[in-house]
Amino acid sequence: MAGELDTFPRLLLHHAQVRPDRPAIREKDLGIWQTWTWKQVEGEVRALACGLAAQGFKRGMSLAIIGENRPRLYWAMAAAQSLGGIPVPIYQDAVAQEMVYVFHNADIEYALVEDQEQVDKLLEIMPQCPKLAHIYFDDPRGMRHYAQTELMSFDNLQAIGRDFDGRNPEFFADEVAKGKTTDIASMFHTSGTTGNPKGVTHTHQALIAAGRAGAELEGLDPSDEVLAYLPMAWIGQNIFSYTQSYVVGFCMSCPESAQTVGADMREIGPTYYFAPPAVLEGLLTQVLIRIEDLWWGGRKAYAYFMDLARRVGGRILDGQPVPLKDRLLYKLGNVVVYGPLRNVLGMSRVRVAYTAGEAIGPDLFVFYRSIGVNLKQLYGSTETAVFVCVQPNGQVKSDTVGPPVKGVEVKVTESGEILIRSPGLFREYYKNPEATAEAKDPEGWFHTGDAGYFDKDRHLKIIDRAKDVGRLADGTLFAPKYLENKLKFFPYIKEAVCYGHQRDRVCAFINIDFEAVGNWAERRNIAYSGYTDLAAQQPVYNLIRECVEKANQDLAADPTLGGSQIHRFLILHKELDPDDGEITRSRKVRRGFIAEKYAPLVDALYGGKRECFIETQVRFEDGRTGSISANLQIADAKTYPVEAAKKAA
Amino acid sequence: MQHARKIGEPILTVEGVSLSFGGVRALQDVSFDVREHEIRAIIGPNGAGKSSMLNVINGVYHPQDGKITFAGKVRTDVDPHEAAERGIARTFQSLALFKGMSVLDNIMTGRNLKMRANLLLQALRIGPALREEIEHRAAVERIIDFLEIQAYRKTPVGRLPYGLQKRVDLARALALEPRVLLLDEPMAGMNVEEKQDMCRFILDVNDQFGTTIVLIEHDMSVVMDISDRVVVLDYGRKIADGTPDAVRSNQAVIDAYLGVSH
Repeated sequence: MAGELDTFPRLLLHHAQVRPDRPAIREKDLGIWQTWTWKQVEGEVRALACGLAAQGFKRGMSLAIIGENRPRLYWAMAAAQSLGGIPVPIYQDAVAQEMVYVFHNADIEYALVEDQEQVDKLLEIMPQCPKLAHIYFDDPRGMRHYAQTELMSFDNLQAIGRDFDGRNPEFFADEVAKGKTTDIASMFHTSGTTGNPKGVTHTHQALIAAGRAGAELEGLDPSDEVLAYLPMAWIGQNIFSYTQSYVVGFCMSCPESAQTVGADMREIGPTYYFAPPAVLEGLLTQVLIRIEDLWWGGRKAYAYFMDLARRVGGRILDGQPVPLKDRLLYKLGNVVVYGPLRNVLGMSRVRVAYTAGEAIGPDLFVFYRSIGVNLKQLYGSTETAVFVCVQPNGQVKSDTVGPPVKGVEVKVTESGEILIRSPGLFREYYKNPEATAEAKDPEGWFHTGDAGYFDKDRHLKIIDRAKDVGRLADGTLFAPKYLENKLKFFPYIKEAVCYGHQRDRVCAFINIDFEAVGNWAERRNIAYSGYTDLAAQQPVYNLIRECVEKANQDLAADPTLGGSQIHRFLILHKELDPDDGEITRSRKVRRGFIAEKYAPLVDALYGGKRECFIETQVRFEDGRTGSISANLQIADAKTYPVEAAKKAA
Repeated sequence: MQHARKIGEPILTVEGVSLSFGGVRALQDVSFDVREHEIRAIIGPNGAGKSSMLNVINGVYHPQDGKITFAGKVRTDVDPHEAAERGIARTFQSLALFKGMSVLDNIMTGRNLKMRANLLLQALRIGPALREEIEHRAAVERIIDFLEIQAYRKTPVGRLPYGLQKRVDLARALALEPRVLLLDEPMAGMNVEEKQDMCRFILDVNDQFGTTIVLIEHDMSVVMDISDRVVVLDYGRKIADGTPDAVRSNQAVIDAYLGVSH
């Protein structure tokens, strides 16, 4: 066996040797946390790899992996890598037809999936994917009557593997030794905001380098804990859990189900945590709802201590000087408010928390830092194996993503686009040399498509996607995402979509947060039958108008963006949904698609109409379609004169 | 979905059952049988006598006439407690859960009949009682996993939405590990998605545990998809009995559902 720890299988064998009895992975099952040690994981991966080999899986082949975070699916990644194969994790909530392209593109013959739901999808697309010949499933529930010869249970596959291993005891070690650090370790698919997703391939070298750079920066060690709760198909999940767990040797835990993540997190108490802004926002919304339900004194105490935290909490976390009186009061607040709050959020032990994926609203960001959670921003993408820029401890600002990580070079072109060169860079877009050439120039610089610049401290500041930044008809800068984020900070607003490029003013579509607004309505005895009904009610419109006007007031203080205040808005009759293609699976709004789909609504906003009828096709989770129709009213919002730099008329 | 499970001999036979409350004749000379491992539906318009039929099987009502044979034994005047001990569990149209108790505790009550240790040991949680409790808890956890209600283990039942309460009710009935499961309008008051979920759970229970299922519904479409055989009642009489296809094309059934005057 090669001594170098430069591939994932070799890292696994290393941990099985130096820390055989330390926990490697946990899963909550039947109400109890089940644990596997590194030694046990090695055994499981070995049996699985041998099983795949006995089934004809060879070096260079792809193994599709589809499901929630489950230990067995992570073992499948390691097993495929042990054989020199390429694991291809796929979003588990994708509908069958969305998977066809990926199966074609990655030449997938083997798939290992979680359960019957995923098996059904693969059986559905099988006629379109003639190469797909082997499907293995983890959970046998409901699978007893499937007679298809392509199917086999995980347990059987491992049994075959153990048998194979018994006859070829050298096989596994030989295969692991054959692996090269420059082999492709994984393929991830970009979210596909435009066109088909692209298969991004990473070598062992790149992933391990990126994972190691991050681990060194934060001083991660084998006693750290992480909860794997985001989709396996997303590279961040892979880096923060699988890659760094293998690089450092810490334990990752898989939640019982997607609905129990909150409770599971409280039980595990992760020390290392990642959450995209949408998740942080959801958590905060839940907190705010519960605070509103408190008795009078509780609400007052919360308001008082949160006000204090906003003033001094971030500075205390950064180790900056704070007056003694505030410091003592903060200590008291820590006992009565911040500590319990962190506990409820499952963040009592969090040492390092990251957020990325979308620009985070400053208020949201400051909230977590002020209660003592060391939340930091990070910048990266699928192509860059996540770690490009990270905010160092003590130098955290709400509007930048920090300086480049060690080993990463960043430069900004004249047009404002950010270019990156790093050891963690992807190898290529699988079978797509044109796209690879377009994104990666001959000198190895990756063109991110993000617009940004370095501030005076050499911290990178991202404004928006380069192509999304626009201008109003009068030339005022229009950064839609900036406006949408401002709106989304209000607990009552779940999503917002702003339009204004080359228009005379900005208008917005709003999605209310059903939970928060529902709760608000119940306390006011407003009856409603469902989302569509609630969204159309006049009191709800008034509530949202207040939010929009508050956002406008904030904007007015900003000389560059003050001109892009929101003049009119409407509340959509349905929630934006990835199944309808309106937002990506990673919850980014697809502005252009929405504008096309709801063209009559956009026309009504700009045409000055008071209301507009709309009928929309919706797709249910099982793939059937139906329609929702509503008569939407359109509301005007007050705008405010821009402070300071008045534009020369 | 193909059914590879073996449908066995009749496990439950109802012969000539008549039940009346004073002048109201709820059931008149109804006969049918339920075979082991099958899903048997009893359908009919409102007031057809479906719930009365279930209550007769369950031992809540004692029919004036007729004979019920369960697992080879003719039963006379059993009460619900005995029926449960013999392996007949049921869910309720109007739910019979302890609203203030957690989901977990509610399902644990379903294990009550299976607890052997005496009350004192149970209260002290020592010796055999502790071992037993762990065993029962494991059984309950398997059901929680099966019905996918892990997220609500500790939630008081009263705070759950109706569709989930129905699932907890099913879980409580399953905790008894019954041979025959009686479901009283399991889909009533649910939206389309909840109905689909419930159908899947019913099929899975039947498939995985081989539980014989008798269910009542007045929504015909749902029942037709999942039942092996269907009995149709109207005004207390059996008007049809057979496979879903046969029943669907039966003129008497169509008339009953379209409301032809009698």
